[in-house]
Amino acid sequence: MKNLIAGFVAAVVVALPAVAADQNGPAPEFTLPQKGGGTIDLAKYKGQVVMLNFWASWCGPCRTEMPFLQNIYTKYNKLGFTLVGVNVEPDSKAADDWLKATPVTFPVGYDTQSKVSRLYDVSGMPSTVIVDRKGNLRYIHHGYKPGDENEYMNTIRQLVRE
Amino acid sequence: MQLTMSVTRTRAKLALRLGQCAKALAVLGLMGAPAVADVLPDDRADVLYHNYDGGGITIQGPSVLVRKKVGDNISFTGSYYEDLISSASIDVKLSASPYHETRKQEGGSVDFLHGKTIYTVGYIHSREPDYTANTSYFAISQNMFGDLTTVSFGYRRGWDNVFRDIKVNGVIQNDPAFHDRADHRAYTLSVSQILTRNAILDLNFGAITDQGYLANPYRKVRYFDPTIPGKQFTLADQIYPRTHTSSAASVQYKYYLPYRAAVTGQYRFYNDTWGITGNTFEVDYIQPAFDHRIWGGGLVFDGSLRFYTQNHANFYSDLFPRALYQNFEGRDRELAAFNSYSIGFGTAYEFHIPGAPWINKSSITFHINHLLIDYKDFRNALLAGNGTFTAGTEPLYKLNANIFQLFVSVWY
Amino acid sequence: MGVSSKLNPGASRFGDARKSCTKCMVMLVVLGALAGCAPIQPWVKPYEREHFADPIMAFGRDPISASYIDHVYEAREGSRGATGGVGGGCGCN
Repeated sequence: MKNLIAGFVAAVVVALPAVAADQNGPAPEFTLPQKGGGTIDLAKYKGQVVMLNFWASWCGPCRTEMPFLQNIYTKYNKLGFTLVGVNVEPDSKAADDWLKATPVTFPVGYDTQSKVSRLYDVSGMPSTVIVDRKGNLRYIHHGYKPGDENEYMNTIRQLVRE
Repeated sequence: MQLTMSVTRTRAKLALRLGQCAKALAVLGLMGAPAVADVLPDDRADVLYHNYDGGGITIQGPSVLVRKKVGDNISFTGSYYEDLISSASIDVKLSASPYHETRKQEGGSVDFLHGKTIYTVGYIHSREPDYTANTSYFAISQNMFGDLTTVSFGYRRGWDNVFRDIKVNGVIQNDPAFHDRADHRAYTLSVSQILTRNAILDLNFGAITDQGYLANPYRKVRYFDPTIPGKQFTLADQIYPRTHTSSAASVQYKYYLPYRAAVTGQYRFYNDTWGITGNTFEVDYIQPAFDHRIWGGGLVFDGSLRFYTQNHANFYSDLFPRALYQNFEGRDRELAAFNSYSIGFGTAYEFHIPGAPWINKSSITFHINHLLIDYKDFRNALLAGNGTFTAGTEPLYKLNANIFQLFVSVWY
Repeated sequence: MGVSSKLNPGASRFGDARKSCTKCMVMLVVLGALAGCAPIQPWVKPYEREHFADPIMAFGRDPISASYIDHVYEAREGSRGATGGVGGGCGCN
């Protein structure tokens, strides 16, 4: 019986989830085709605070989150902040249709091959990552519940001052 | 105090009686094990009209389900269901007279989300003039392994009160000499596993144990009696065991077809202490047409084929050779050997209600099933008589029934 | 109802210790795998679950109708239980 309990405790400790990406390392660089033409290149945003939001049109919480992201973009854009929406769908048609009904003004990239999702080890939908002016990962958040946008804004305000 | 009682039973019930605890089980499906343990069930309201017509019985009525989240972590569900029964079935005609009756059922449950776990607690109350059933249940559902696996465990407890109706001076009331109980315990375990981007596998296991009065107080067995001219049988009371334990295991596989459709295959194996073994096979197909993937608008078609086969219970016989032939005797056709075939078809029309922005989606669905039960050892005893069939030579009974559903659903 | 089984009274202590060690190893591997941190990684990523977000892939698409039809069959047949379907979904949040 004692062995069983010891084994169970060990398993639980070992099983505690590890952080997906190293929170204090450099954000992996990438390029993606951009909606409306052109390319998104993360390297070009160095010097600004960048928020990456991994989303899909089929994901309910992602759709709920979008208007809040649009507000955040409008609010902080002039302070050296930008938001990049990374759409993870292999077929972009559904995403385009949805954006037609609910347009956003921040750049949206199509990650149809899931290469950026894999690079950032996306382990939840939606996922939000904030990168500082030096290009380092500073904040990772999975999922969206109403109220999370306040946490995003606090982090952005702090990083924008750096 | 001696009451003047009419000797004839006022009615014989159909399997609603046997299915009491099964009803609670089925309603558990209504309460809804959550689709994913990370997310509470969708807020929705459904109003259904159901109609079963076959074998001399009509059962129809409303069914209502309402679900609402409060905050981020709690969801409430309420349900109401009615069966308005008009029965002149083969069983009723054999030992009693046609009857009308209403069964009403209410239920409520709460789902609580904490991390990747959902805890569910619920209660159901069902009543009709000669039967009341109370059921309480709880379930835990846990997401794990990158949300690819969901494991659920549930426990349900039922307490039933069984009465028997008789006619006293033309008025139907409970027989004061008859009151019994039936208790039920059910355990369920489910594991669902996402296999690929397009396929999901679901394994279910259920064990149920019942104790108490498990028979139908109106139904009868019959035994061969050459002293009765013509039909040559006499009716007698059923004698059921007072315990029943069963277990069932099923597997469901759902596959997404590339042109946007889904096909589901199911198999269930059932086995119990009454000697019944049942095998269920079902295939379902669902195909949207003119449908905008996520936010509605359009038609969705679905079709299903189901085949079920069972052998008879070890104490079942259509005709016993003589009176009190064995310790336990039953003639309920639900315990007979038979093949059951069902074909179903449904159409849902999804639409948006223009004046109500708080409604995300709404739909109206129409569904029909045809059910055929081909009995292997249950005969139409009504046909026995002078010049026609003698006991045990009547044709085997076949049941044909149509099941109709019409419901409106609203997501908000 | 059930028949209780008794442990073999003649089993050696060493045999028992070995049995429970194997048991705890199995549990470790299973729990580790379940938590997704050791040998097997989830092979369908959250961003690959678009089909499961589709309502047609839900096991309980119309619970009010599914429970009614289950009730119709259970009332007329001798079988009961194991009819549920859980799991799937978009895996969001």
